[in-house]
Amino acid sequence: MELVCPAGTPSALRTVVDAGADAVYCGFRDETNARNFPGLNFTAQELAQGVAYAHDRGTKVLVAINTFARAGGTELWHRAVAQAVESGADAVILADLGLLEWASRTYPAQRLHLSVQAAASTPSAIRFYAERYGVKRVVLPRVLTVEEIAAIVSAIPCETEVFAFGGLCVMTEGRCLLSSYATGESPNMNGVCSPAAHVDYRQEGTTLAARLGGFTIDRYPAGQPAAYPTLCKGTFKVDGKAAHIFEEPTSLNALAILPQLKAAGVSALKIEGRQRGKAYLAAVVRQFRTALDALDAGRAMPASALVALTEGGRETTGSYKKTWR
Amino acid sequence: MKLTLGPVLFNWPTPMWADFYARIADEAPVDRVVIGEVVCSKRSPFRTNAVVDVIERLERAGKEVVLAALALPTLKREVAEVADLVGSGRLVEINDMTALAAVAGSPYIVGPLVNVYNEEALAELESLGATTITLPPELPQASIEILGAGRSTADLEVFAFGRVPLAISARCYHARAHGLAKDGCKYVCEHDLDGLHVETLDGQSFLAVNGVQTLASGLTVLGQEIPELETAGVLRLRLSPHTCDMVAVTNAYRDAVDGRLPPAELVARIEALELPAAIVNGYFHAGPGAAFVG
Repeated sequence: MELVCPAGTPSALRTVVDAGADAVYCGFRDETNARNFPGLNFTAQELAQGVAYAHDRGTKVLVAINTFARAGGTELWHRAVAQAVESGADAVILADLGLLEWASRTYPAQRLHLSVQAAASTPSAIRFYAERYGVKRVVLPRVLTVEEIAAIVSAIPCETEVFAFGGLCVMTEGRCLLSSYATGESPNMNGVCSPAAHVDYRQEGTTLAARLGGFTIDRYPAGQPAAYPTLCKGTFKVDGKAAHIFEEPTSLNALAILPQLKAAGVSALKIEGRQRGKAYLAAVVRQFRTALDALDAGRAMPASALVALTEGGRETTGSYKKTWR
Repeated sequence: MKLTLGPVLFNWPTPMWADFYARIADEAPVDRVVIGEVVCSKRSPFRTNAVVDVIERLERAGKEVVLAALALPTLKREVAEVADLVGSGRLVEINDMTALAAVAGSPYIVGPLVNVYNEEALAELESLGATTITLPPELPQASIEILGAGRSTADLEVFAFGRVPLAISARCYHARAHGLAKDGCKYVCEHDLDGLHVETLDGQSFLAVNGVQTLASGLTVLGQEIPELETAGVLRLRLSPHTCDMVAVTNAYRDAVDGRLPPAELVARIEALELPAAIVNGYFHAGPGAAFVG
């Protein structure tokens, strides 16, 4: 299985290449990609330099242009695809139907991957993208069990990539408007979720309130570390009882089930985290590199040393096990 | 402008569901009625027998009946159910790409859960046979106007009444809230006819859980915006069923689009009904969906 690793900056790109990534994915510094955070991402020139660095070391570069183009503004998304193609990117990762149609017509030789944001969760949906736009790989939404993934792999004409580590969307990706309901900005339109500009931490008596767009996402008593107020990981009240009604602050970690994912026929593993720093990325990529090498060589898998790098010190295999549902 | 009654998104007990549509057939001035289970395939078997009668009654009353497809099919059985809809001879409303793959090439309708954010995606869906496209609820007025100018063969529809669907998941939050797993859910969602109310720790009304779906708590009502929607080229308004008096809701919208009720007074007329939540309209005005712009 190919190890696909995130890079939010040129130096992060060099870090993950050096740590053993088979492929790096990154995006441009604008709303065309789903990690449109301040200070993150690449200019066209930085991308070209990044591609050269990666290719010199036998690593591929995949460019995510995976938001949904703004009505009247599709030119920006076209330009992003054109710049990715010109920089020598090995694939572009797209979600928008209109952009897929345009890119497949304009650059028929360019390899296209289907972003997780397109939420293609069945063989028939995936075949549609493969047959109509020539998509060569689909990143599967985090709604499927390993058994379901195996069934999909055997029924489609293209490769599959699945998330292996990092932040965990509990809602189907590309189909979640929670962030824009609270803030006006969403992953689909703006490439952001629970954006920092709408976050407010306020000390109120003995508790710290974390709010997003004015909505209280959590409250922390003195001494308890406060998490970032990502909407779907908040504590809310149902019938008067407070609980993490969607999901606890936690990270996906599929390290322990890599043999099952390999047996299911998965082509590539994706590490989430273009917003992460170099130390984090180096540790995660090295761990997965070691594990994949062991798996390929038939050696015992190393134990996970990544709990310290998970959200709230908690990890889950998410939807890969049916009990999560 | 035409009015569409969207599918009942909640798990209403079958007798209530059938009675609702009987009353819609007899009394509601809507042009099109979308029926079928969108959220959870575990709910559909209970309605199998009632569906035939409901369709017949609606069609006899002169309503166009459209069959809605599931929003997130993953099981083999669910994919097969989506494909079966296509062979029914009635128009199908797609709510994900599995259904698109099944209908592509024949006339079909796009529901509000498919991502149509720009004129190129719109044109692509038209070229595949879409005759009506319901726009994503988070689209602001500026985008609706551009899509209205860019459409060619498909009618544009906008979500104008009801709790907006915000997200869908593999996990059932209704079961989770009751300490149950999805497979042993005991159908707890049938007790929350407008969704399970979610509030913040500070008591702010925020969201509504409906099985694997999460909706806005705020009730979208586009009323004063109707003239702007008309100017933008929107031809249909979608009204999403709730337990409030939906005949009164459809009558109010009919009066507003036919010029008998000033659009600015629509909100007041709706507000006089027993509603599940406060009214919002922020998405249209390019703000947070939870906002109300008066």
